[in-house]
Amino acid sequence: MEYLIGIQGQDFVLVAADNVAAHSIVKMKQDQDKMFKLSDKILLLCVGEAGDTVQFAEYIQKNIQLYKMRNGYELSPTAAANFTRKNLADYLRSRTPYHVNLLLAGFDETDGPGLYYMDHLSALAKAPFAAHGHGAYLTLSILDRYYRPDLTRDEAMDLLKKCIEELNHRFILNLPSFSVRLIDKDGTHDPEKLIPVGAK
Amino acid sequence: MALQDVSGFQDTPMSHMWNSPASLSGPMGDTTPLLDMADERILGWGRFKSSERDGGVPLRFFIPPPQSSVPFRCDNRHTSLSSLSTSSSPPTRRPFPLSHGTTTLAFVFQGGVIAAADTRASCSGLVACPSAQKILPIHSHLLVTTSGSGADCMLWERILAREIRLYQLRHGRRLSITGSAKLLSHMLHPFKGTDVCVAATLCGWDVEEVRVEEFKGKRVDRMGSGRDDSISPAKRPVEETVMSTSDACSQDDLTDSACERTRHAVTDVDLTRSPVRDRCGPKLFYVCSDGTRLQGELFSVGSGSPYAYGVLDGEVRWSLNEEEAISLAREAVYRATHRDAYSGNCVDLFHITAQGYCRRDREDLREEYHRERERVLKRGKEESEEDKK
Repeated sequence: MEYLIGIQGQDFVLVAADNVAAHSIVKMKQDQDKMFKLSDKILLLCVGEAGDTVQFAEYIQKNIQLYKMRNGYELSPTAAANFTRKNLADYLRSRTPYHVNLLLAGFDETDGPGLYYMDHLSALAKAPFAAHGHGAYLTLSILDRYYRPDLTRDEAMDLLKKCIEELNHRFILNLPSFSVRLIDKDGTHDPEKLIPVGAK
Repeated sequence: MALQDVSGFQDTPMSHMWNSPASLSGPMGDTTPLLDMADERILGWGRFKSSERDGGVPLRFFIPPPQSSVPFRCDNRHTSLSSLSTSSSPPTRRPFPLSHGTTTLAFVFQGGVIAAADTRASCSGLVACPSAQKILPIHSHLLVTTSGSGADCMLWERILAREIRLYQLRHGRRLSITGSAKLLSHMLHPFKGTDVCVAATLCGWDVEEVRVEEFKGKRVDRMGSGRDDSISPAKRPVEETVMSTSDACSQDDLTDSACERTRHAVTDVDLTRSPVRDRCGPKLFYVCSDGTRLQGELFSVGSGSPYAYGVLDGEVRWSLNEEEAISLAREAVYRATHRDAYSGNCVDLFHITAQGYCRRDREDLREEYHRERERVLKRGKEESEEDKK
């Protein structure tokens, strides 16, 4: 039902998420932001079971901020991803596992851009591009075909638009708008909200 | 309830059973109480461990282990919880199936927040009460519309009211609507996966610079009274245009977390300073026992909600005046009660402004039905007269 996508370029990471918060057949909210800011250059995109997403993402968010307050410096994207995965894994075999699928996107001064894919079984993989949700089945092949490691920002945006148009064309659910963010060495930017033509 | 808590009064001998950690510990013999895992970390509920604090109300509920036949929860939780059932008491059986029928709605417009709900409390096919109250005031600027299981809603609404009042007494300022929604959501989180069913919308108006000062019994209440002129009318959030540059909404969500962060830090250190950011104005939140917490401008909850959405989605605008908004809310509830078997009887309408909430008289929807019929008849007559001409 929900959709996340991330594309890593040479010196940036482009991420997008849909904006629908649904409850059985009803769209309760059409401008829900599924991206959580962990720091200036790290974003956590979180989808999954209704309450778990926000609870888990905010828990991670506050802990990352706490780390910064205690130690005076921020966690790198790699460290943040591993911390998130560790928490998911710890709760996995508890009485209250978190059923969430995540993408963590960040920019590190030394390592450059990074996109990390995590799922509800607390798998972690650093990937050049990734997607979550039913829409992923439709768009991963597009990413496979057109992705290159040296994409420019505009090319990555075009690739993203291609994926979203495919969703608009083939996906049974109507996802009317998507939030898009770009992370590079200057921080997080909001280029535009993508609204596929023909969707209302 | 608050007084009971503060004075540590326990009036029932049963309370020790609810509150002693021993009854809640798992079969492995470990001493961690049943609900300890996530909520301790999230809320810092360690202070609720001691039995005195809870008074007669069991804040830590003894949750019977779930039956494997409960269909609507995901399998992860069941497999992990069923291991506990072997050594506990046999699973309790529900004497009748719970069912939730209602229509509640709330929306924001330039004149504040309108909240409306029907008054039928149903229990499967039986109308248990034709005059229930589903919109409950928490304080002068916050209402909760309740849907789901009636008993759960009543209890959790009272717990929320208690916690908000305690916050006010402890911190000297009233908790914002956003904070109240978050508080309720976090309090409900440990019960996720159980049969607790609460779907509430919190409707309120955040008042700027709210201060309640207590001087040894003499209360000086400055909230609302002299401040109304300085409160600017609610501003319409920026509307998105198709394929345009980024709007304010997405940016705000990211900065929200930063601002709330600093606000909490400030409150703990210095109580005399006002919050860093206090967006005054109408607020509407949807909080559900499955953990959802959404802020929005229009919500309808319950079995009759799709019908209500059908009426509201086309008509709700920011620029409605009060009369139009109220009649729109009334009509939406009426249409929902007409079609939904589990909603009906009367409609309760509330209107919240910067000065607080005001409640209209309960209106019987039968009258509305008859008025509608007359209108249709009259319109039919007029059309046939015109055709004749």
